[in-house]
Amino acid sequence: MVLILEFITQATWSPYVAGAGIGILVCLAFLLSNRPIGCSSGFVKATGLIEKTVSPAHAGKKEYFKEIVPDVDWAFMLIPGIVIGAFISSMLSGQFQFVIVPSAWSATFGNTPFLRILVAVLGGVLLGFGARWAGGCTSGHGISGSIQLSLASMITAVCFFAGGIGMAMFLFYVIGGA
Amino acid sequence: MGALFTGIHKDRRLQVVLGLLFGIAFGILLQKGGVTSYNVIIAQLLLTNFTVMKVMLSAVIVGMIGLALLKHFGYIQPHPASGTIGSNVIGGIIFGFGFALLGYCPGTVAGAVGTGAIDALIGGVVGILIGVAIFAELYPQIRTRFLLKGPLPAVTVQEFLRINTWMTIVIMEAVMIGFLLVLEYLGY
Repeated sequence: MVLILEFITQATWSPYVAGAGIGILVCLAFLLSNRPIGCSSGFVKATGLIEKTVSPAHAGKKEYFKEIVPDVDWAFMLIPGIVIGAFISSMLSGQFQFVIVPSAWSATFGNTPFLRILVAVLGGVLLGFGARWAGGCTSGHGISGSIQLSLASMITAVCFFAGGIGMAMFLFYVIGGA
Repeated sequence: MGALFTGIHKDRRLQVVLGLLFGIAFGILLQKGGVTSYNVIIAQLLLTNFTVMKVMLSAVIVGMIGLALLKHFGYIQPHPASGTIGSNVIGGIIFGFGFALLGYCPGTVAGAVGTGAIDALIGGVVGILIGVAIFAELYPQIRTRFLLKGPLPAVTVQEFLRINTWMTIVIMEAVMIGFLLVLEYLGY
């Protein structure tokens, strides 16, 4: 019992232990829910639900929301679940902290919240747009798709990192001059 | 056993609860793995810290064997999707640009919100919802112009390599474990 308590209150686990746990979790998702773990479709459901509330007629006509029906279902609930899980985990290990500008950002671009939030929104737009263009994100393609030996998912994961590494280096080394 | 799981799959209310529970477990693992941190993700994209790749590859190493065994004993039937250059390559690179600017991906952004990251909430989550809305708006045009272009030659890696599934798994596992051993050897 003490050992379990020590384990759960540790600030971090070995990335190999956390990763192995995620691998087992994906297998359980296939067994119990007959689906992969993918986060970006939850954001489609959320967007669709918001649009349906604001303008039901407009949202109802959209082809994309006919293919991915906005609903409070497994994929939608995954997202608040992750928020809750990370909250519990960070509280138990004393890691929870309100942060607006992360230290790796402020070291190069300064402490201005406006600039950080502006770039974060821009990044989020590209992330959401790109995830749906590619049909999945880091979890859906990168982990769950690769686990299924999907060729498309593995190619997508390589492109995530190719684009990510290229843009991160441009941002921090060329623009930031770090 | 098969009938039991099919019954669970069809129980919609149970699946809503399971989605929440899977999310909670996933959130704990992401936070404990260190990948809900902006600093850790950016360090990965700048190639100075390999925590993200270590988490992802060990998930794939374990999950690939687990899923193959579940399939072998008839408990599950995986359904990998086919892809195209127009969808997976272009979308993947756009995603990558956003990944670097935001410093989180759709799963880790939710995790970061749970650890108190305000930039993840009012920057990341809001941005993703806008990005998805723009995509939904343009979907019919993007679909015909890009998503259907350049179909990939095979759905799975084993079909592409034209070798046996288990042999493919052995090769993939060896490559991934080898990569992690090299990372550790180099001191990352």
